[in-house]
Amino acid sequence: MDSPSAVSQALGQTGYLTDPALATVVFLAERMQRPLLLEGEPGTGKTALAEALAQLRGVPLIRLQCYEGIDASQALYDWDFPRQILHLRTLEAATRDGSLDPVDAEKSLFDERFLLARPVLRALRESPSVLLIDEVDRADDEFEAFLLEVLSSWAVSIPELGTVVATTPPTVVLTSNRTRELHDALKRRCLYHWIDHPGLDREVAIVRSRAPEVPDALARQVVALVQTLRTEHLLKPPGVAETLDWARALEQLGATELDLEQAAATLGAVVKYREDTDRVRHVLDRMLAR
Amino acid sequence: MSTPTGHPPEEILLGFTRALRAAGVRVTQDRATGFLTATAIVGLGDPGGVYVAGRATLCSGPDDLERYDQVFEAWFGDRSGLPGSIPREHRRDVATPLPVSDDPGEHGGEAEREIIRAAASQAEVLRHRDVAGMDAAQKALLDAMIRALRPRPPVRRAARHTPWRRGAVDLQRTLRSSLRLMGEPAQVRHRRRATVPRRVVLLIDVSASMRPYADALLRLAHAVVCTAAPVEVFTVGTRLTRITLPLRTTDPDRALVRAGDEVPDWAGGTRLGETLEAFLDRWGARGMARGAVVVVFSDGWERGDPQLLGDQLARLGRLAHRVVWVNPHRGKDGYQPVQQGIVAALPHCDHFVAGHSLRSFEQVLEVVGNA
Repeated sequence: MDSPSAVSQALGQTGYLTDPALATVVFLAERMQRPLLLEGEPGTGKTALAEALAQLRGVPLIRLQCYEGIDASQALYDWDFPRQILHLRTLEAATRDGSLDPVDAEKSLFDERFLLARPVLRALRESPSVLLIDEVDRADDEFEAFLLEVLSSWAVSIPELGTVVATTPPTVVLTSNRTRELHDALKRRCLYHWIDHPGLDREVAIVRSRAPEVPDALARQVVALVQTLRTEHLLKPPGVAETLDWARALEQLGATELDLEQAAATLGAVVKYREDTDRVRHVLDRMLAR
Repeated sequence: MSTPTGHPPEEILLGFTRALRAAGVRVTQDRATGFLTATAIVGLGDPGGVYVAGRATLCSGPDDLERYDQVFEAWFGDRSGLPGSIPREHRRDVATPLPVSDDPGEHGGEAEREIIRAAASQAEVLRHRDVAGMDAAQKALLDAMIRALRPRPPVRRAARHTPWRRGAVDLQRTLRSSLRLMGEPAQVRHRRRATVPRRVVLLIDVSASMRPYADALLRLAHAVVCTAAPVEVFTVGTRLTRITLPLRTTDPDRALVRAGDEVPDWAGGTRLGETLEAFLDRWGARGMARGAVVVVFSDGWERGDPQLLGDQLARLGRLAHRVVWVNPHRGKDGYQPVQQGIVAALPHCDHFVAGHSLRSFEQVLEVVGNA
């Protein structure tokens, strides 16, 4: 892919519609071999971009879901201790005459087969691949510092085995919901992009491509309504994922056009707070009165 | 990107990063280098590409994007036809909100920085301003600032233990983990006593003399209710009203309306002693105040018997872990605690703090969090 528009087109073929800005950033990330840091409201397609990239290149998507307290042994590698013990016991039993060489025995303990490769190590080994580090804002500061090391050198050193270096750096996508400000050192190494809610036409196109079973008129009306709702100061403005859910829910009810009563009945697909539900009902009432 | 000024393109691009830094975006040297590399890849002939390349390499958060757009426009001229910036008015940030200026598009560089500085200091002034004398616009900004507060609940030691890096050896977990490794002695586990949030009880005086502060105090109470700690809120005046449940509504505006519907004695008289007695009899002595941090928001203008107030506060002081008295007038010059109510109450309070501005609210939350 040699231009942003080619990236955009290729992503479009997997069903992921981008705007020119995002396509340019993806293009740059590939050329400059830099990780891509995506921030934005939940449900704007940050994770979906990584999936689309993996599908587009035909490489595996390796996902590392971050959570509070995640550490290197869950992200990099771990030794399978119970199996190592079993192995040692087997050796003991097999060589009762005392012919066991301690050096060999120890060497056999740290064998490839006892190594549990976690996502980051897997991504380096199976490269080319797409490594998705999801919701990095949920992890702690220490974990960020550790990521920094891996993302800059594309290598992981295992004291007992040696260093694993990626032949070609994997495509790395980090996503964050901004529940916490990431450290600047990590941000500096990444290309930053803020994914915003798409405009009317693009969102209609997304619904058409992701949920082709939804009738045209219905898709357009649902998207228009959701876009209105995003300006209503809800506690959690609905994302594209919610638009898709809602359109599919209405389609399941056999709707071909937006019917406000059905819309009210399926509100649970779009808004997930009671206060928001009340507010949206008011909006629907206003539209009904018009 | 034409260069009508005759400067080489690198100079123009680097100058742009300088301008961006002057506007308050933290542009480091490696970021600037990344920007040059990125523009070389997308090509200088494509303004949209340069715009996106700069945004991806030089910005590190949504706060930077708006400034980036303004500086880009000021540096490279017309931005029409380029991807738009983010509509920011619907986003909720944790950071202190700045008032939106009327027309930020006309200013660039230094002027822009002045505006941001002025806006920031306006918010800073508001932090120290007495809540009672604010106009509607300032109140709206204050509401947003109170909403952004993140109160830290006080903690107490729990009966349970929790894993920890050091401390007493956790025999059970050590044995259990070695059992999993077929009896091989493995890592020694440690533990310590866990902590749990301590209950916080807020008693808010809604009598006539406290009227200018009631709205802000209820918003503060809402912010406290939204934390993980068990929190109870009552209004006191001539009657005692429990408003914990209405305040649990997530949206502060609705929560306040619901709480307002419950309270029958807005801006009435003050009979603190009697309402405190009612609180202790009905709720406090049964366990709500026991070991809790009790915060009384009142100016101490007592219409009833100060002796009764003193007795009840002594009772409260024996039940509660800490009693904090927050008086809005304390922060004012020349204030003397001479009101009958305050004189009777002070000997039984652990802390006596001011509560008239956002800054003092933060101090109150600090005192409560450390209690």
